Amino acid sequence: MNYHWNWGIFFQPNPMGTGTYLDLLLSGLELTLETGALAWIIALVTGSVVGVMRTLPSRSASWFGFAYVEFFRNMPLLVQLFLWFFVLPELLPKSAGLWLKQLPNAPFWTAAIGIGFFMSARVAVQLQAGIGSLPRGQKMAATALGLTTVQAYRYVLLPMAFRIILPPLTSEFLNTIKNTAVAITIGLLELTGQARSMQEFSFQVFEAFTAATLLYLLVNAVVVTAMRFLERYVAIPGYITGK
Amino acid sequence: MFSNFDFNVIIRALPYLFYEGMSFTILLTALSALGGLVFGTALALMRLSGYKILGRIAGLYVDFMRSLPLVLVIFWFYFLVPYIGQWLTGASRPISVGAFASSLVTFIMFEAAYFSEIMRAGIQSISRGQPAAASALGLTYAQTMRYVVLPQAFRNMLPVLITQTIVLFQDTSLVYVLSITDFLGAASKVAQRDGRLVEMYLFAAVVYFTISCIASYGVRRLQSRIAILR
Repeated sequence: MNYHWNWGIFFQPNPMGTGTYLDLLLSGLELTLETGALAWIIALVTGSVVGVMRTLPSRSASWFGFAYVEFFRNMPLLVQLFLWFFVLPELLPKSAGLWLKQLPNAPFWTAAIGIGFFMSARVAVQLQAGIGSLPRGQKMAATALGLTTVQAYRYVLLPMAFRIILPPLTSEFLNTIKNTAVAITIGLLELTGQARSMQEFSFQVFEAFTAATLLYLLVNAVVVTAMRFLERYVAIPGYITGK
Repeated sequence: MFSNFDFNVIIRALPYLFYEGMSFTILLTALSALGGLVFGTALALMRLSGYKILGRIAGLYVDFMRSLPLVLVIFWFYFLVPYIGQWLTGASRPISVGAFASSLVTFIMFEAAYFSEIMRAGIQSISRGQPAAASALGLTYAQTMRYVVLPQAFRNMLPVLITQTIVLFQDTSLVYVLSITDFLGAASKVAQRDGRLVEMYLFAAVVYFTISCIASYGVRRLQSRIAILR
């Protein structure tokens, strides 16, 4: 291999004047985490609402849930980001479109919203499966006790369903963080984007990507560990997920 | 809203979009799925082989690939494959391999991690008595896998494998970051040349949506047929 390794590159100043190359990558990591966190909040809230709708007895509610999931699952994330970023401002009335285009940090908001809705379809599917895995008797017992539908979901079904789907939700959360890398295409300088610009400035391809890889592995390890703790914390004794 | 929507842009671009773009996307999807399935099955067999070291290596590979964003992996292989080629062929400089080969290697290596988890679940779904019966009949390990376990595992997992291939089909759009002319790349090039982002991106969305929808409808039908068989 005639590749010139230079691991000291991380401590040399970057051409943006924002400190060293390491600082460049860390600022990318920060943006990755911020985008991922906002997208995950959107995904969790919207996905829960849609997931519940899919399990309701109302025909129209479950049909809406089905259509919602199919809509967001059957298009590549990249295409969805392009729709939010390039197409939506043109379809809105002129003044609203102009406001959207001039929004500061437009790539950040677009990425968070686009990835959030993309992932919400997956959260909805998981939650639907979680609610579906509960014995039918639980809903019936809740109704027999005089709980309304809202109360039955709030106090009986959802607390159980969310505990059951906690492990798959962990991987969906990790997917959300990983998917922020797609936003490089709309100009978001998250971790992969910063590794790429470090490669373009310094020509140290493999050092830049190795560092980005290690940072992603670190984020994964932290999230997995934190979720293990959460799983143990919310576990109910006597159930499979408990002890 | 659609008052200045220009359908002619799309119609004029159709041959380019499908002959150049979609054929690249389909070919990349098909070859990656095939390669990923073969390599993924090998990884699954390594994990279930009972040899600690083999299982550990395969497990590490799968976990490693699954914790990285696909975009980063695409960049990795794009820069790494020329050096691997140099190492394999003993050439004096990194060899240029072209966009298609580089992205094919990327997707095979990346998807193998996901296919291996599916095949592992499939192999584990075969009852223990079957390999035991096979070895009682005098079949070797290779024969047991080839004639007894893998055909059933593959069949049981077919819906999941196709679903993963639909995901792969959508994920191939990410080669956009290497400026490759896949379907989305072709749409994007026309969009930028003619200044018609709205038409081209909406059309690309509709095409991806239609293909994925039909394919996942097929999976649902397949699933119900297999469910009756059991």
